Amino acid sequence: MKIIGIDSSGLVASVAIWEDDTVIAEYSTNYKKTHSQTLLPMLDQIKKMTDLDMDTVDAIAIAAGPGSYTGLRIGSATAKGIALALDIPIVEVPTLEGLAYNMWGTTDLVCPIMDARRKQVYAGIYEFDPELNAVYPQSATDIYDITDKLNEFGSPVIFLGDGVPAYGEIIKERMKVPFKYAPANKNRQSAASVVSLGAIYFKEGKAINADDHSPVYLRKSQAENEGPQNFEV
Amino acid sequence: MSAENSEKRDIRILAIESSCDETAAAVVKNGREVLSNTIYSQIDLHTLYGGVVPEIASRKHIEKINQVIKTSLNEAGCTLPDIDAIAVTYGPGLVGALLVGVSEAKAISFATGIPLVGVNHIEGHICANFIEHPDLKPPFMCLVASGGHSHLVLIKDYGEYEIIARTHDDAAGEAFDKVARAIGLGYPGGPKIDRISKEGNPDAIAFPRGKVEGSEYDFSFSGLKSAVLNYLNGCRMKGEEFSQADVAASFQKAVIEVLVGHSLKAAEDYKVSTFAIAGGVASNSSLRAEFVKECKARGIDFYYPSPVYCTDNAAMIGVAGYFEYMKGYRSGYDLNAVPGLGIGEKQGVRKA
Repeated sequence: MKIIGIDSSGLVASVAIWEDDTVIAEYSTNYKKTHSQTLLPMLDQIKKMTDLDMDTVDAIAIAAGPGSYTGLRIGSATAKGIALALDIPIVEVPTLEGLAYNMWGTTDLVCPIMDARRKQVYAGIYEFDPELNAVYPQSATDIYDITDKLNEFGSPVIFLGDGVPAYGEIIKERMKVPFKYAPANKNRQSAASVVSLGAIYFKEGKAINADDHSPVYLRKSQAENEGPQNFEV
Repeated sequence: MSAENSEKRDIRILAIESSCDETAAAVVKNGREVLSNTIYSQIDLHTLYGGVVPEIASRKHIEKINQVIKTSLNEAGCTLPDIDAIAVTYGPGLVGALLVGVSEAKAISFATGIPLVGVNHIEGHICANFIEHPDLKPPFMCLVASGGHSHLVLIKDYGEYEIIARTHDDAAGEAFDKVARAIGLGYPGGPKIDRISKEGNPDAIAFPRGKVEGSEYDFSFSGLKSAVLNYLNGCRMKGEEFSQADVAASFQKAVIEVLVGHSLKAAEDYKVSTFAIAGGVASNSSLRAEFVKECKARGIDFYYPSPVYCTDNAAMIGVAGYFEYMKGYRSGYDLNAVPGLGIGEKQGVRKA
């Protein structure tokens, strides 16, 4: 069984190929080039490097949001296009579950945080028992809500994600329980994690028709928030 | 697919267009024959806001794109193995909207090995004229007028464009939208002004004809738009009612006089005997009638597309893509959306 993994929800562009319970290739960049220029050339590289025959691919696992709206759509359109061409399904992996999966096996709580701009974060709180379990599912919220929840739960925490540098000061100030930050090789989105978790969901029958996939934004567009009366096109 | 040994093999292009608020796909045979032309229009969503909201447009594109492509292939009686190349609009347009189509097209190309070619949206509009006019061949001149563009373009050969004139401020269609909003007709302005103008007096109000100092073919519509707004303000100050139909008809006449006047001056100066129009504004009935009359008087052959090929569609992208493909142009997996792509410009589209 073969599954392609894609995560373009943040600054990281990441692609991976999963085959029978092993990730046989992963390519990630955390660089300012647009995903439109990086993502597919990267996938093409690992496809060639592993002599992947596209007709043998069973599904696409995608970090399905939240994240940068445009980044998510580049990933989603890439996944939908491949799925349309090969007539295979998509497995949607919530972005923050994919991030949390980087820390598989820890007995601490895992709290991935993404900087969502406009003074918000996308965050969730997860534990492993032994598989991933959402203690607090991914939401668009503010950092204070997250630190309050973590203090309430009272367990040690591992933070990761691009929200850490953005909100490190507040985390340090507000946290009353022990916490640490994930190391450099684990602290950003990884398509290997997305595809590994996606493979579990795929085996559980959670794949969907690719035509029906679109990203989960967790927020309305600014126009919808402000309403037609207040929004100037 | 037709046999390799047949005299001339048919070339089928699958085209994808998502530059603004229409999610569209089409299959075009040999650059002239439209086998399918599927358009999912989001206009109702944007009408609420009085114009296109980019984020809403992008969200709808990603929701609908697979269904639109599948419908288009089905209606054409094709499957992907029948397709020789995928053409996709990569600019100009809304960057977030363009990226959906571009990413999707690249992914299909990647998964199937079908060649990809990026297409310029405006060049697509011009090429819409080839669909219904098998006799139309370059060289000719074309006026492209839409909500985002107003250009006079000389088509020297298939795929070879020279810009003769452009707008210095608002696009013609933008002026239609703004004036329609100001007189309470709502969005989209073009068809509404076209309709109500038929009941109005085009000579009721003397609105200015925009000129650009030092560039005789170029357009300017912001002065005209301001004149309409000033007129409406004046009416309000004096407590007078204004006639929607008269304002619309007088405004429309001012736009058309400029568009037709500059076009025909350029056509004569450049000694072209064939003229075409394209873009959303090209479906305006008065503009068409005026061009028909004036071109006939000058012995110029005049062409215009059906309304369905004037507004955004993918068939026109398939036509433009066909000529690019036949010239050997291809795009790689790094093709990016170029929101400000100029006519005749290429970025990430190269000879193979």
